[in-house]
Amino acid sequence: MSLPDRQTDIGPPHYSKFLPPVIAKNYGKWLYHEVLSAGTMVHVSESGEKVYTVRAATPRLLSTDRIREFCAIAEKHCGGHLRFTSRNNVEFMVDAESKVAPLVKELNDKKYMVGGIGPRISNVVHTQGWVHCHSAATDASGLVKAIMDDVHEYFTDKELPNKVRIAVACCVNMCGAVHCSDIALVGVHKTPPRIDDNNVKNFCEVPSTISSCPTSAISPDPAKKSVKIKLEKCMYCGNCYSVCPAMPIADAKNDGIAIVVGGKVSNLRSDPTFSKLVVPWIPNNPPRWPEVTDAVQKILKAYVAGAKKHERVGEWIDRIGWEGFFRETGFEFKYQHIDDFTFARETFRMAATFKWS
Amino acid sequence: MSKKHDTPLLDELEKGPFPSFVTEMKMAAKHSDMSNDLLGHTELCYKERVTHWKHGGIVGVRGYGGGVIGRYSDIPDKFPGVAHFHTVRVNCPSGFYYTSAALKEMCDLWDQYGSGMTNVHGSTGDLVFLGTKTEHLEPFFAEISSRGWDLGGSGSALRTPSCCLGKSRCEWANIDTMAITNDITQHYQDEMHRPAFPYKFKFKIAGCPVDCIASIARADMSIIGTWKGPIRINQDEVQNYAKKMNIQAEIIDMCPTGCMAFDGKSMKIDNANCNRCMHCIAKMTKALRPGTEQGATLLLGSKAPIVTGALMSWVIVPFIKMEPPYEEFYDLIDKIWEWWDEHGKNRERIGELIERLSFPRFLKDVGLDPHPAMVKEPRRDPFFFWDESDIEK
Repeated sequence: MSLPDRQTDIGPPHYSKFLPPVIAKNYGKWLYHEVLSAGTMVHVSESGEKVYTVRAATPRLLSTDRIREFCAIAEKHCGGHLRFTSRNNVEFMVDAESKVAPLVKELNDKKYMVGGIGPRISNVVHTQGWVHCHSAATDASGLVKAIMDDVHEYFTDKELPNKVRIAVACCVNMCGAVHCSDIALVGVHKTPPRIDDNNVKNFCEVPSTISSCPTSAISPDPAKKSVKIKLEKCMYCGNCYSVCPAMPIADAKNDGIAIVVGGKVSNLRSDPTFSKLVVPWIPNNPPRWPEVTDAVQKILKAYVAGAKKHERVGEWIDRIGWEGFFRETGFEFKYQHIDDFTFARETFRMAATFKWS
Repeated sequence: MSKKHDTPLLDELEKGPFPSFVTEMKMAAKHSDMSNDLLGHTELCYKERVTHWKHGGIVGVRGYGGGVIGRYSDIPDKFPGVAHFHTVRVNCPSGFYYTSAALKEMCDLWDQYGSGMTNVHGSTGDLVFLGTKTEHLEPFFAEISSRGWDLGGSGSALRTPSCCLGKSRCEWANIDTMAITNDITQHYQDEMHRPAFPYKFKFKIAGCPVDCIASIARADMSIIGTWKGPIRINQDEVQNYAKKMNIQAEIIDMCPTGCMAFDGKSMKIDNANCNRCMHCIAKMTKALRPGTEQGATLLLGSKAPIVTGALMSWVIVPFIKMEPPYEEFYDLIDKIWEWWDEHGKNRERIGELIERLSFPRFLKDVGLDPHPAMVKEPRRDPFFFWDESDIEK
């Protein structure tokens, strides 16, 4: 069978081909919206027309058959239109209130989790992990599944003081930039890379390997035509492994998960903020990582108990202080919590105004 | 296909209410040998608590330097189905809207040429087709491109721009994010498909400072919609909110600049003191709307922590009208890329380069005037540079 003629540099299809009619008609004319339930909301146009959105979670890693099932639902209820959110949810839109209940019923009957709108936990932004990545220090999809099973009521029903954005990165490269999340889990290494001198010689460019190291821990080893590592300088970032495959860093016994909290990307009330370290290392314990889900529950519990309405996790911590956060959660404060890298100086407390814990 | 591998650990992850990625892999495994082996391969990673994927090799389609990520197993003899398991990044349409007809067509092609597994979407926003062999890349590309689809970015190139859904369904959009994203994508096809930059470059376009696309944290250039002038107030609706919420506690007291007042009858905003954080607008959607003089703030430089720590984008242009044909915007981008190309080291992001060479120097070189909006505070040290022209001879 012959192939069709290929085209190049045409870019993606224009979005206007895919818009539901009610969206196309009211583009730029939306007046306000209201959240109707954990999984539904309505947007109202200047024209008086309304669009009702129903949101459901997906695991992001989807089979073609699952996408076909989404398509069938869209064809039955939404004239064949659907969209996805930046947090891996699927959204179905209808133009009349009467069409919402049958759509929600079908999603519930098919065991989809409808929710994620309003002051709740939406779906988790995450990376590939062991399913498809060479530099993963943990799995991402499995962690997401374990956490979301554990906190699912905050997706489908229960409210929180404000949104809690959870993210998972399977290594410190952080595809998807999870470093500004309310709660983020990051796969970390605890041991330096192992140098395979023979392969460094054959597969790696020595100067770029040396320059990849942010702490200048790597130097040439001319006798072996390879490199050596000053072990006390290595902080296990794995950047050298990204440049040179002959320096594997994965270590089944010592790879694990760090938890950082209190970040956000919105400008609402306070400036966008980076997440900060609260648990430096939890061992990989697949398939359900119970120590990780326990720690996430501890953070959520303390947040629900202490935060005022509309405060994000970071805003709550800002008010009670990090010493207050460690007191409320019971997490142990360790040497690893004190920064000794690029931005360290700005993080030391240059005041006498801390709270007793 | 019949079941090939026992997966007791992964089977645990089919229990519970959240949709299971394991179920997805099993669905694909029913008609794909590749996905069948992906299940066994992933189970082994779970058992040994370590990844079994190797570094990507260089694979792709003719005439392109990106869009495909090579992926190989380090135990191909045990799992021949994933010996090659390459990723194809397909450029998403702006706003992630689809028709079922378009998606089903792509699914049929992927069942024919790949594993039947996808990411909807990848972190950058591409429609990711996960797992195919080298010899299937060209045919798959011919099939999708002849149907109007193209590859996204990878490597040291412009990455697929992405955006929030903007004016299509949001009343807060100050700019037409979907139109801008599509325009940038079409304008820079060469920069996306033929990597020629020092490193990756990402655009993310958000319609307002709520930033649902997380542009400030993960785009080399963050384009964030904003406005000048007064917030539009509907005082009747303010009265309605007063009946159901404590406006003083939830709105007035939470305003970060203290620029609002409510006397029980009408709401007043000292707009000159407003920093447009969006809290009041987001909580009183029927009563408050952004002002009418709309445009964007341009911020530059964010990236994840590798290598010397994470950066967030910072302001380089406080306000720009983002309207077609976007001439002023494209002129600035071309100047920024030229500067980065001239001075950047291999694998140095634009934010890192500015940190290394200095922000004032960057502003001078690309022709931007300094403005207090660009900093949180002026410098506290006395060590600053002067130009030749500033010195009396």
